[in-house]
Amino acid sequence: MSIVTKIVQAVAKVLPDRGRDELAGAHTYIGKPVDRLEGREKVTGGTKFSAEYALPNLAHAALVYSTIAKGSIQAIDISDAEKLVGVIAIITHENAPRMKDPPLTNPSGGSGGSAASTINVLNTGKIHWNGQPVAIVVADTLDRAEHAASLVKVSYEPQPALLSFHAEIPNAKPPKNIMGEDTLVKRGDAEAALENAGFKVDESYETPRYNHNAIEPHATTAVWEGDETLTVYDATQFVRGVSDTLAIMFSLKPENVRVLAPYVGGGFGGKGSTWSHVQLCVMAAKTVGRPVRLALSREGVFRIVGGRTPSQQRVALGADETGRLISLIHTGVTAKTPGNDFAEQFSFPARHLYAADQLLIHQTVMDLDTVANTFMRAPGESIGTFALESAMDELACKLKMDPIELRLKNEPALDPQKGTPFSSRHLREAYQLGADRFGWKSRAATVRANREGDWLIGQGVATAYYPVYRLPTSAKVRINADGTAIVQSSAQEMGMGTATAQTQHAAERLGLPMEKVRFEYGDSHLPPANQAGGSSQTISLILAVEAAFEKLKKELLHLAKKTGGSPLADSHPDDIQAMNAGLFRKDDDDVGETYSAILTRAQKSGVEAVATTGQPLESLKYSMHSYGAQFCEARVHAQTGEVHIARWVGAFDAGRILNPKTARSQFCGGIIMGIGMALTEETLFDERSGSLMNPSLAEYHLPVNADIPNIETYFLDIPDPISPLGAHGIGEIGITGAAAAVANAVYHATGKRIRELPITLDKLM
Amino acid sequence: MKNFQYNSAANQPMALSLISQDDNAKFLGGGTNLIDLMRENIEQPDALVDITRLPLDTVTELPDGGLRIGALVRNSHLAGNVLVRERYPLLSQAILMGASAQLRNMATTGGNLMQRTRCHYFYDGAARCNKRRPGTGCDAIGGFNRIHAVLGTSCECIATHPSDMCVALAVLDAIVQVTGKGGERAIPLVDFHRLPGDTPQLDTNLRPDELITSVDLPLMPFARRSLYRKVRDRASYAFALVSVAAAVDLQDGVIQNARIALGGVAHKPWRAITAEQYLIGKHPDDQTIAKAAELELEPAIPFANNGFKIELARRMIAGAISTLVREGTHR
Repeated sequence: MSIVTKIVQAVAKVLPDRGRDELAGAHTYIGKPVDRLEGREKVTGGTKFSAEYALPNLAHAALVYSTIAKGSIQAIDISDAEKLVGVIAIITHENAPRMKDPPLTNPSGGSGGSAASTINVLNTGKIHWNGQPVAIVVADTLDRAEHAASLVKVSYEPQPALLSFHAEIPNAKPPKNIMGEDTLVKRGDAEAALENAGFKVDESYETPRYNHNAIEPHATTAVWEGDETLTVYDATQFVRGVSDTLAIMFSLKPENVRVLAPYVGGGFGGKGSTWSHVQLCVMAAKTVGRPVRLALSREGVFRIVGGRTPSQQRVALGADETGRLISLIHTGVTAKTPGNDFAEQFSFPARHLYAADQLLIHQTVMDLDTVANTFMRAPGESIGTFALESAMDELACKLKMDPIELRLKNEPALDPQKGTPFSSRHLREAYQLGADRFGWKSRAATVRANREGDWLIGQGVATAYYPVYRLPTSAKVRINADGTAIVQSSAQEMGMGTATAQTQHAAERLGLPMEKVRFEYGDSHLPPANQAGGSSQTISLILAVEAAFEKLKKELLHLAKKTGGSPLADSHPDDIQAMNAGLFRKDDDDVGETYSAILTRAQKSGVEAVATTGQPLESLKYSMHSYGAQFCEARVHAQTGEVHIARWVGAFDAGRILNPKTARSQFCGGIIMGIGMALTEETLFDERSGSLMNPSLAEYHLPVNADIPNIETYFLDIPDPISPLGAHGIGEIGITGAAAAVANAVYHATGKRIRELPITLDKLM
Repeated sequence: MKNFQYNSAANQPMALSLISQDDNAKFLGGGTNLIDLMRENIEQPDALVDITRLPLDTVTELPDGGLRIGALVRNSHLAGNVLVRERYPLLSQAILMGASAQLRNMATTGGNLMQRTRCHYFYDGAARCNKRRPGTGCDAIGGFNRIHAVLGTSCECIATHPSDMCVALAVLDAIVQVTGKGGERAIPLVDFHRLPGDTPQLDTNLRPDELITSVDLPLMPFARRSLYRKVRDRASYAFALVSVAAAVDLQDGVIQNARIALGGVAHKPWRAITAEQYLIGKHPDDQTIAKAAELELEPAIPFANNGFKIELARRMIAGAISTLVREGTHR
C-alpha cells in the first residue's frame, strides 16, 4: 500500500458522513414496481439496436479469424475474395491505416480508454490468439462480405503458444494488485493454525472458462463526416470509454467522436470494454469512405470477445469444535493474457465475509495466449463464492453443524480485512427470511436422506456477497418553465431498468410527476458517466443527480429572491423541499411555488446545472457490501446423474430497493446465470490449437427455461445509511453464491462433493 | 455462404431431373441443418433443389396396419399425429425431445434422417476431420470427445448421429422408401445409416441422386408399450449424450419380443440386437435385464472423455426395460 493511499485512508476515516438524504422516507415513486419505461417499445420491435441503423450507402463488414494461437502471418491471398461481386475492400495488416495502440481499460473505473487488450489488431502481422482478426472484408451486403471472408487464405508461421491452464500454474505470479487491493493479505499464521485446528477442510476448487452470450451480439456501425468527425453506434456498456478509445486510436478530438448506445441487448461485462471489432469497423469506414456496419456473428463474439478466466482455488478452513473459524485460507490462480491486465478478484469474498482469527489470502495470475479475459457478472465474487461457500458447507458437514449456523457463528463485528465498521450488514436477517420461506427447518440433517423414485433430493445453501461500488459520475439536470425536466448522463441501459429507476429517482427528487421527467443516456456527448460495471451505476447516477439538483435549488431560490414577490424569497436551501412540481418550505408546505412560477416570473425558459461526483471516500471509512442467502433444492437422478433444480429462494440484503419489479429481474437473472455456471455452461478450449470448440448457442449450453425452476426472491429493503438514497447496485449479487448453493444441494442429495464446475451428469454417475 | 442455384421442383420427376443436372446439388427440405451447414461453409452445394412443394406431406395408413410417413411431414406434425401417438408412442416422444419447437415446425421426416453429426471438429473448418475433408485425420480422437461414439467407431472417425427420431425408427423396424434414376428401393432404417469405417464422409447409403419419399412403419402391436428416454446436458435443446428407445412384448411374465436402440453412442442409431436376443424368452428380472445391457455394451471402446457413456448406456437400457416390464405387469 502506498503512502498516499494510507494518507487518503486516514483522512477518509475522519471525514463526516453525508447527511440524511431528504428522500430517505420518500416513496411516491421510489420503491414502487414501476413498469420498464421502454418495455412496450422493446417487445413490439420499436427500439433500434446498434446493428439496426439503416444508413444511406451503408456497407457491411465481415472478419477473417486467425486459426493459429501464436506466430506471424506469412502471406495473405485475397485474389479469390476480391474478385467477388460487391466486394469493396479487403483490409489486412499489409494495407490497413495505422492506428495508435489501444488504451487499456482501467479496471477501477475512469476513462481515457477502455480497450480490452493492447494488441493493435490489423496493425500487426503477429498473432496473439486463435481467433484474432487477420482481415476485414467490406462489401455491399453482409452475405457477400461473409462469402468473401471465407475465401481469404492466410498462411502462418506458427510459434509455440501458452495454452494449457494447468501446465502454466507453476509459472503464475502475483499481480501488482487486485482491482487496487493488496494481492496478499496475511493476519497471523493461518497455515499453522490450520494444522492445529480440530476440524478442517483443505480442498481445491476449479471453475472453467465461460463465454459471454448476451442476446444481442456485439455490433458497431461507424459513420465518418470528413476526416475529423466520427459517429459510432455501438453495443456497449460504456459509450464514453468507447469514444475516448477511438479518439486516442484515430487521433481525433474527443468532442468530435460521438458514440451512441440508446439500447443494448444485455452486457454482463462483455460489453464493458472496447473490443477490436469497434476500431476495425471505424477503420473500415474510413478506408471505404462510407458508413460501415460490423455485426459479429455468435461465433465472432466467442472468437474476439473474451470471457471469464478459468480458476483453480484452494480454500482451507480450520475451526474449533464450536465452529468458530481459527484459520481461513483462500489462495489460487487465474489466467490473463500478455495484452491485458485483469487478475480476476476471486479472493474478495473471503476478505469480508468471516471473522477468522488467522487469515491468508493470496492470488496469482498466469499469461496464456488466448483472447483477453474480461469481466463477467460478478467477476471474482461469482467464482470465489463457489469455492469459499462450498468449503463452508464441507466444514459444516465435518462439524455436523447446520451450515447456516456455522456461517452466523462467524459473523464479524468489523470488516475482517480492514477493521472498518460495516455501513450496513444484515446477512443474519437475510438467512432468517430465506430459511423461513424455503422451509429450511425441515431439511434432513444427513445426506442422501430423501428420495422419490429414482430421484435423490437435497437442499443446499450459500452466502451471496458483492461489494458496493460507486464511481465518479457527471449528470446534468434541467428544469423547464413548462414544468418538465430533463436529466442527462452518458450512462447505459443494457436492459437492467436503469432508465426507469433513474426516472423514478429524478421525479421523486424534483417533486415532479414521472411523466414530466425525461432521462437521457447512452450518448457520449452527454455529461460523462462511468462504465455500467461493478453494479455501480444506479447509486453513482443518483448522487450526481442529487448534486446537480442541489445547485439548481440554489439557483431557483436566487431567481425567486431576485425577481421579488416570491414566498420563497427569504428561504435558505436547507429550509425547502421539492414537491408538487416546485419548491416548498419544509416547515410549512403551503408556502412555496412551482418551478413554472419561479421561471416564468424570471422570464427564463429553464435552469440547468451539471454536477460531477468525487471518489467514493465513504468506502475507505466503511466496509460497504451487499449480502444474500441462496437456497437451492436439487434433484439428482440416481442412475444417470442428471441434475434438476427444483426450487430456489434468494433473500438479499442489498440496501433500499428502488423498483422491486426490475430488481426482481436482476436477482432472478443473476441466479439463472449462476445455475448455468453451476450445471451447464463451459467453453471447450482445445489446448492443442487454442481454438474454442463450441462457439454457438447449440453447443455452449446456456440454461433454458426447462432447466430453471420457479425462483422466489426476497429483499430486506433496509437502507444503507451511508450509500446514496440508501441503495446498493444489484446487478451482480444474484449470481454470487448460486453455484455453491447448487453444489451443496447436490452433495446433500447424493453424498457426492463436486469441486469442479460445471456439475455435469458424468461427474455424478 | 457460397452462392448457389436455387430451383423449386413442382413434382417428383422434376426433382429427380434437377438433382441429376448438377453433381454438387442437394435436396432442400426444412433446411434446419443444411442451411446451417452452408452458413458455416461446411456444406457448399452449387445448387439446391427445393422439394417442399412435392405432395409427400401426409401420414397414411398402410394395408397391413402400419403407417406411411411422407418424407415432407414436418416433425411437429408427426409427433402430434394421433395414430403415431397411439401406436408408436416412443416416436412421438423422441421427436418432441429433439431440437426446439421452432425447428420441429420446419424440419422434415426425410431431412431428419439426413442430419449430420454435431462433432465439434466437423464444425470447425480449421480442424482435421475425415468426415469433412477425407484423409486429413481426426482431431476428435485426441480432443474433446465427451459427446462422441463408443460403439462402431473406426480410427478414422468417432462422430455420432445426432437424431432422436431415427433411434425410435430403428426400434420400429422402419423402412425408408427412396426413388432415383435406378428406380425405387426400400432400405431398412437400420441399414440406411452407416458406420464410419474408412469412409466417414458417407453418413448414409442413400445415393446422391436418390430422393427419400417416405418412411414406412410396419404394424407392431407391442410398440404401444414403448418409450424413449434421453439424457443430455440441459433439459431442452441439446443433443443426446445417450438415449434409448425400447419396446417390449411381455406375456405371462416372459419377454416374447423386444426392441432396443441407442442414440448418442454410434455413427448411426444403434440397434441393440444382442440385448434383444438375450432377453427374448426370458423372465425379465433385474439380473437378466442387467446382463442384457452388459452384453450389448461389451464391444464398446471409450475415448478420453466419453467412458461414462458406456455405463450410462447400460443403465439406460436396464432402466427402460425395467420401466416397460413394470408398467406391463401392472396393466
